[in-house]
Amino acid sequence: MKSHSPHSWSEYAISSIIKISGYSAILFVTLIFIFLLRSGLPTLREVDFQSLFGTRWYPIEDYFGLLPLIGGTLIVTVGAAIIAIPFGIGTAIYIAEISPKMVREILKPLVEVLGGLPSVVLGFIGFLILAPYIRRILNLSTGLSALTGSLLLAAISLPTIVSIAEDALDAVPQSYRDAALALGATDWQTIWRVTLPAAKSGVVTAVMLGIGRAIGETMTVMMVTGNAAVIPRGLSALFSPARTMTATIAAEMGEVATGSVHYHILFFIGIVLFLISLFVNVIASAVIFRQKKRSERILS
Amino acid sequence: MKSAIKLFLVVSLLSLTACADKSSSTDINISDGEKSYIENKGSDTIVNLALAWAEAYQELHPNISLSVTGGGSGTGISALINGTTDVANASRKIKPEEIEAIQASGSDPIEYIIARDAIAIIIHRDNPIDSLTLQQISDIYSGNINNWSELGGEKRPIVRLSRETNSGTHVYFLEQVLRLGDKSNQTLFSQDTLLLPSSEVISAEIRDNPNAIGYDGLGYVTEDMKVIAVANDNEKKPVLPSIETVNNDTYPISRNLYMYTAGEPQIYIKEYLDWIQSPKAQSIVIELGFVPLEK
Repeated sequence: MKSHSPHSWSEYAISSIIKISGYSAILFVTLIFIFLLRSGLPTLREVDFQSLFGTRWYPIEDYFGLLPLIGGTLIVTVGAAIIAIPFGIGTAIYIAEISPKMVREILKPLVEVLGGLPSVVLGFIGFLILAPYIRRILNLSTGLSALTGSLLLAAISLPTIVSIAEDALDAVPQSYRDAALALGATDWQTIWRVTLPAAKSGVVTAVMLGIGRAIGETMTVMMVTGNAAVIPRGLSALFSPARTMTATIAAEMGEVATGSVHYHILFFIGIVLFLISLFVNVIASAVIFRQKKRSERILS
Repeated sequence: MKSAIKLFLVVSLLSLTACADKSSSTDINISDGEKSYIENKGSDTIVNLALAWAEAYQELHPNISLSVTGGGSGTGISALINGTTDVANASRKIKPEEIEAIQASGSDPIEYIIARDAIAIIIHRDNPIDSLTLQQISDIYSGNINNWSELGGEKRPIVRLSRETNSGTHVYFLEQVLRLGDKSNQTLFSQDTLLLPSSEVISAEIRDNPNAIGYDGLGYVTEDMKVIAVANDNEKKPVLPSIETVNNDTYPISRNLYMYTAGEPQIYIKEYLDWIQSPKAQSIVIELGFVPLEK
């Protein structure tokens, strides 16, 4: 027994350290959430509902309409998703299913390097190069628009989508593909009808994480979307400036006096943002959950 | 689990006491001859000027080390309120509620005028417009004028560029130009005004986009954009911003730049603030495109 004791002591130490870090993650998230609620909820008492749903955001003169900001985030994010999802899944399919091994060895790390690009660098590229081009090509009044933001956000979320979706496709057993091909399916039919559905839960996770990345991104959008708080009306909004919730928090948080109405409402925006990403995540896990149950049914 | 929590508590207590030690040692550090540290934070308009002053001053006084950061006038004054900076830079006067917040922590803010600045109205070089009245600029930014052709220019939409609301320049522009200095005037920026986070983004857009109009401190104007001459009203002659026109008050959009301390500053900070008023320091003001104080 005695010879065991140093071993079991270190075992105990290591497992409790791991336990602490596990619990501390939960603790920190809870504390952050409590802080967010405590700093944000006073808004509901200080600002009446009508002005919260107003069409104007100009907090230094007490205009607290959130609709332009929510609209801005939605249009920029949806734009990014429309670009990034097909491109991301397409790239993942190419890397996992079609490309020769050599190309794959180069492409995969390249995509991951793209994921490591600091967003402020992309922002600089955005307003110095991309925005002027977009203005000229599409003949817009200004290139600092939701579209520019969407393009850059797509570039930011692509690596996430590609690498996770590619892993999911890679994990599909080779026998599935062999079986499909043996039944006379073409390569494309195999990918579209067999491999992709089999990897569905992983691919959905990839898309959701990618969208999460896009919603939360701050620096890049602040630099390229023009930050005009206008409620998007129709498709033309994609080609005009927009102000996102994250950019608003980042741009204004430094200035506000602690405890003021403006301070509280910036945290309230944080809560709204949190709820939106929670919503996205719940939908994603619901989709994955359903998928699992179905596959379980098939297996049983 | 219990002992794990204890361990965690001990570690966090240790780190807390370590922090406390550190802060008390900096308090003792004030004596002469020791290395003294001045934290200087605030207005992005002033940040380059403050940096140049800090560099020059540290050459003269190697025992003083200065740290200068931007972030906006409001950011600087908030930092002064929170006690995280010694000197706040502001391109606007301190607001009454900010004075109250500083007084709540037990000291009165002290104001130093450090230089003057003019706000230049800038457009793309190819835009044929040369001069505007204050009223016209106000109409552009409030959304009453939406096309350059209404001002005798080309048939192009006007893209309005502004600094973010946390910028002192933004507030100054709102009060002095958009509302023409009239306190009862409630005019607001047109909703489609682009609020840009930094002077660099404004400059880049002005250089590239012939539709754009923007405003920024005179110190940020470069050769490759066009500065508009501004007239008080239709009768007065339009004036371009320059050191002369700002100092003889003929250019209509000019202002003082400030530094604030919370209460009477420590000796070495006071010496720095006095030095800023000296001719040597004020000559740096000219180099950076601002307007020196008249002495």
